[in-house]
Amino acid sequence: MVVKGVKFRNHKVVGDIIDLASKYSHQGADEIVFYDITASPEGRRVDRSWVNEVARHINIPFCVAGGIKSIVDAEEILNFGADKISINTPAINQPKLINTLADKFGSQCVVVGIDSCQMNDQYYVYSYTGDPDKTKQTGKLTAEWLKEVQDRGAGEIVLNCINQDGVRKGYDILQLSEMKRFSDVPLIASGGAGTIDHFVDVFLKSDVSGALAASVFHKDIIKISDLKTHLKDNKIEVRL
Amino acid sequence: MKKQVAIINCIGSNLASLKFALDRININFIVTNEVSQIRNSSHVILPGVGAAKNAMNKLSQQEIIETVIDLSQPTLGICLGMQIFMEYSEENDTSCLGIFNDGCKLFKIEEDYPVPHMGWNTIELESPSNLTTGINNETHFYFVHSYYVPLCSETIASTTYSEKFSAIIQKDNFIGTQFHPEKSGEQGSIILRNFTDL
Repeated sequence: MVVKGVKFRNHKVVGDIIDLASKYSHQGADEIVFYDITASPEGRRVDRSWVNEVARHINIPFCVAGGIKSIVDAEEILNFGADKISINTPAINQPKLINTLADKFGSQCVVVGIDSCQMNDQYYVYSYTGDPDKTKQTGKLTAEWLKEVQDRGAGEIVLNCINQDGVRKGYDILQLSEMKRFSDVPLIASGGAGTIDHFVDVFLKSDVSGALAASVFHKDIIKISDLKTHLKDNKIEVRL
Repeated sequence: MKKQVAIINCIGSNLASLKFALDRININFIVTNEVSQIRNSSHVILPGVGAAKNAMNKLSQQEIIETVIDLSQPTLGICLGMQIFMEYSEENDTSCLGIFNDGCKLFKIEEDYPVPHMGWNTIELESPSNLTTGINNETHFYFVHSYYVPLCSETIASTTYSEKFSAIIQKDNFIGTQFHPEKSGEQGSIILRNFTDL
């Protein structure tokens, strides 16, 4: 479950994301990821007090992603009540950040997001995917980067298959199955969910630990409670 | 006596989730390391995320080790808070409070069982307790930990990961949950409510 927001510091928006988060939590989401994609102005501290409001209202684990570039950023978010922080481009730009965060807060808090796409029979890591004009292929092979982030202390990996993202044609089962082989920590599938059967497929065919989706929930295409009942009917272990 | 939970800040880490969870069930609490405030509270909670050695050092610096051991009101240790109720922890070979016999062990790293163990797991009720009133077998709770308390005579509920271990332990007024009730949805609220009803 993902809540994406560009203006988390606007009061109206904070109210909206809390309503949304509460709704998903009641419907049975197991975890919520908040993508705070507001760019931080140069040299100014970003107000993240909305994280505290989220913690006040939901009683399941949640993760905050976006703009976390330092120990100070991470510490503030965790102190406000988030359970995990997720880093993506900053981890590519300064891989040691993963070690520093894992040493200070424990691997259980540190999620690394990887945006990956197939090119010439290989999977490559992309960065700056939040901005289409800045998105670039990093030259890193996804499998190599997966191993490296785990060695550095990542406790969980969200693999966002960007050729599938937003198109709702199903998760990238092939890529996820392939990358699962390199992953000793929980691997979360992201990108492509469009129907309930896509969730069934990803759990049955690629053995991932979790599946993440946003638009199908935001657009009321799938209700989480229906999804989980259906997963259970397919003998997939879920919390109801 | 009026209900008031003393949350011992033995970890110095994030208490936001626990505070909000108590707010949601309308329970008064104070965060304190003062002996008199701890003794005068109807219930005590030792929360915990972090390392056993740091937590024991903090309790020792605050001179509240004896205070905790001598508590007679219902006292709940959550996650690391539960682990330091044991005699020792394999985490940096730490001597702990010794309220429960036995020690806390590190999960062996096995294929398909990454450490830390993190996520929703079902519990199995092993012996009756007021803490689990209204909780069924196979209920999911949220776990985040690398060390565990093995099954023992004080196990109230168990969970299976790479092996079966204690999810809830209870000895007289001392109760420990390896999972985080404050993060375990409605079922977690029931556990906290049951605890504050003791």
